[in-house]
Amino acid sequence: MFDNADALMLARIQFAFTVSFHFIFPALSIGLASYLAVLEGLWLKTGRQLYLDLFRYWLKIFAVAFAMGVVSGIVMSYQFGTNWAVFSDKAGPVIGPLLAYEVLTAFFLEAGFLGVMLFGLERVGRKLHFIATLMVAGGTAVSAFWILSVNSWMQTPAGYEMGANGQFLPGPSWIDIIFTASFPYRLVHTVIAAYLSTAFIVGAVGAWHLLKDRANPHARTMFSMAMWMAAIVAPIQIFAGDLHGLNTLEHQPAKVMAMEGHYRSHPEGAPFIVLGIPDSEARRVAFSLEIPKASSLILKHDPNAPLAGLDTVPEQDQPPVGPVFWAFRVMIGIGFAMMGLGLWSLAARWRGRLYDWRWLHRAAIVMGPSGLVAVIAGWMVTEIGRQPFTIYGLLRTAGAASPLDAPAVGASLLAFVVVYFAVFGIGTWYILRLMHAAPKLHELGVRRGETGPIRTAGITPGPARHVGGHASPPAITGEG
Amino acid sequence: MGIDLTALWAFIIAFGIFAYVVMDGFDLGIGILFPSFAAGEERDQAMNSIAPVWDGNETWLVLGGGGLFAAFPLAYAIILPATYPLIIAMLLGLIFRGVAFEFRSRDPRHRTFWEMAFSGGSLVAALAQGMVLGAILQGIEVENRAYAGSWWDWLTPYTLLTGLGVAAGYALLGATWLVWKTEGGAQAHAYRLAFRATFATLALLLAVSLYTPLLAAQYWRRWFAMPGVLFAAQVPLLTAILAGLLLWGLRRRWQAGPFFLALGIFLLGTVGLGISIWPFVVPNELTIWDAAAPMRSQLFMLVGVGLTMPLILAYTGWAYWVFRGKVGTEGYH
Repeated sequence: MFDNADALMLARIQFAFTVSFHFIFPALSIGLASYLAVLEGLWLKTGRQLYLDLFRYWLKIFAVAFAMGVVSGIVMSYQFGTNWAVFSDKAGPVIGPLLAYEVLTAFFLEAGFLGVMLFGLERVGRKLHFIATLMVAGGTAVSAFWILSVNSWMQTPAGYEMGANGQFLPGPSWIDIIFTASFPYRLVHTVIAAYLSTAFIVGAVGAWHLLKDRANPHARTMFSMAMWMAAIVAPIQIFAGDLHGLNTLEHQPAKVMAMEGHYRSHPEGAPFIVLGIPDSEARRVAFSLEIPKASSLILKHDPNAPLAGLDTVPEQDQPPVGPVFWAFRVMIGIGFAMMGLGLWSLAARWRGRLYDWRWLHRAAIVMGPSGLVAVIAGWMVTEIGRQPFTIYGLLRTAGAASPLDAPAVGASLLAFVVVYFAVFGIGTWYILRLMHAAPKLHELGVRRGETGPIRTAGITPGPARHVGGHASPPAITGEG
Repeated sequence: MGIDLTALWAFIIAFGIFAYVVMDGFDLGIGILFPSFAAGEERDQAMNSIAPVWDGNETWLVLGGGGLFAAFPLAYAIILPATYPLIIAMLLGLIFRGVAFEFRSRDPRHRTFWEMAFSGGSLVAALAQGMVLGAILQGIEVENRAYAGSWWDWLTPYTLLTGLGVAAGYALLGATWLVWKTEGGAQAHAYRLAFRATFATLALLLAVSLYTPLLAAQYWRRWFAMPGVLFAAQVPLLTAILAGLLLWGLRRRWQAGPFFLALGIFLLGTVGLGISIWPFVVPNELTIWDAAAPMRSQLFMLVGVGLTMPLILAYTGWAYWVFRGKVGTEGYH
């Protein structure tokens, strides 16, 4: 009837493509929404115009990123049914309700308060507006909770019963389904990743404007806040990632074997392969640079502990090694580079030269997108490393797809690729242009469009006041 | 347990779909009508009137899809592959429509392009949604818990008719919304459009209503056999009354009334659909009970809906209230 293998591969590529593109935007929205809440909170607390300016500056960027997250997210909610119908039928009773809770508790919250957050400051006043910002930030975090719960259930399924018709049915306890073994680790690691990615983008924008004008107070504040995040949160993230890895070793050992490039078992302590070229034909890593016994030390906290390799896993149950191995190295490489930048910024701060060290600023600019790269690499590790299963150990990817003809999947994949690169490419360009404009005193807010070059307008700007002065925030007119 | 959870869930999903259709319906309708408004101030008014709410409106589509997945996974797994190209077209249309809100104002050189993307995306999404509806009503081939037809089965004269019908109905909602929210030249134009959209919607509604009973004996019996006809006949009767009132209100230059009368016509259309299809979710193949998720899933979600839906309706209502009144031409100073 149709070529199963082609349609399956195309469906997998389509899901990987649409979800990778999509996740960049939520990662940014999760981080930026919280950053905006912090900025607005600081403005309300201190009354400093500087924080309101920064709030408005990042709000414009947030609006564009959020719109792209919304439209690419709707695609995801239908991809399960269009391309993975068998999976939807079988797993729907278990994960469907979790997704429904995501819509009910997160999506409506974000979307319902977004309009007020973007356009409503003058209409509702400061306090209610701050609440709207908190609701949007909270919505993004709650959304992460549910979707990662779904993903974790697919990685480490629990709390289900098998129905006579082959469906996964919920067991007596929803707690067991929501809080599976890998969920706490995945949630912490992913949410920190979103915050860290955003911090590095904020830091890069701050650094960019410091290079142009090291006295710019807005750039200084942004850069300083971001570098605190890098110095404090990057090491926490490495620690959280390590815990997540140990959890994966316990529940999905084959994934860790692929991450490590361990084709064969090491009964007397396994080396950590720093770099090398995995050769799945020869079942070895060529040109490898190894640290003897380091892998056993990291994973078992004992240099001589035996560590099993892929030779202990039946061939039809093994994940592909190459992409998992490489993506893992990209992720941890970036993680340590982030920590390095954080330490460098601490040294600069210690010397009182945080806003003067040009090379620090240049490095921060280069590192700007690194968080998002690490996030995508991390998802590649965990998703490709789960193969050949969709529901780990229970439902094979090959048996989860929709009964579709390859041309249908291929044509839609092509359409997604063209549209995503065009639309989100232009959107990213708009974001870069907003970032390129220097933040300034009495930054203009997001406004519903009036006919003008850029959709912005000030809110009854008060008399010019010095940044950092003790004046209260400019009066905000109520109705009208 | 005395209550039929599955039937309750069918009503919840129907409510979600109805909420989506009327709320995003007027957004999409404005998109469809957008090029007929003068560039500049009139289009700004049209866009401004939905900019703060469109995202919340679109969320009901995610609830419809997610809710169907959760409460009736088998229906979700059959309908989506059966209407695959339509769903993809709808999603791509919604992408262009959605980003246009933000992108339109980012660069004056790109403005015309994003306005056309806004309009084209809205039209494609509206047509695709109408055709999905038609494809479900005309029947889907099912074998072994899976869609068994080919990937062009959905394309028939009937689905073209339902596609156009939904697009016209959305245009009616959009035009009456703009009558309510705009003033000056934009409002005068919106009145004219609302007239035309009313006639187009009624004509297509009539055509679909006459065509549907010919598709299957079940539909025929539902609409024309005694004693059901006594109940069913109320639907077209009420529709005719509302339509007459709508035309009269437009002539009398009512402000908010026409929008709510258009909503009423949509509500009756939804009831009509319910009469045709109940209790099937895929006609003659799958009843709601065949497709239902187990009771544990439905009960768990019912708790969620019960706790959150009043809050959602409250803060959604509040967001509309914040942006009440005419949009004006230059934002809010």
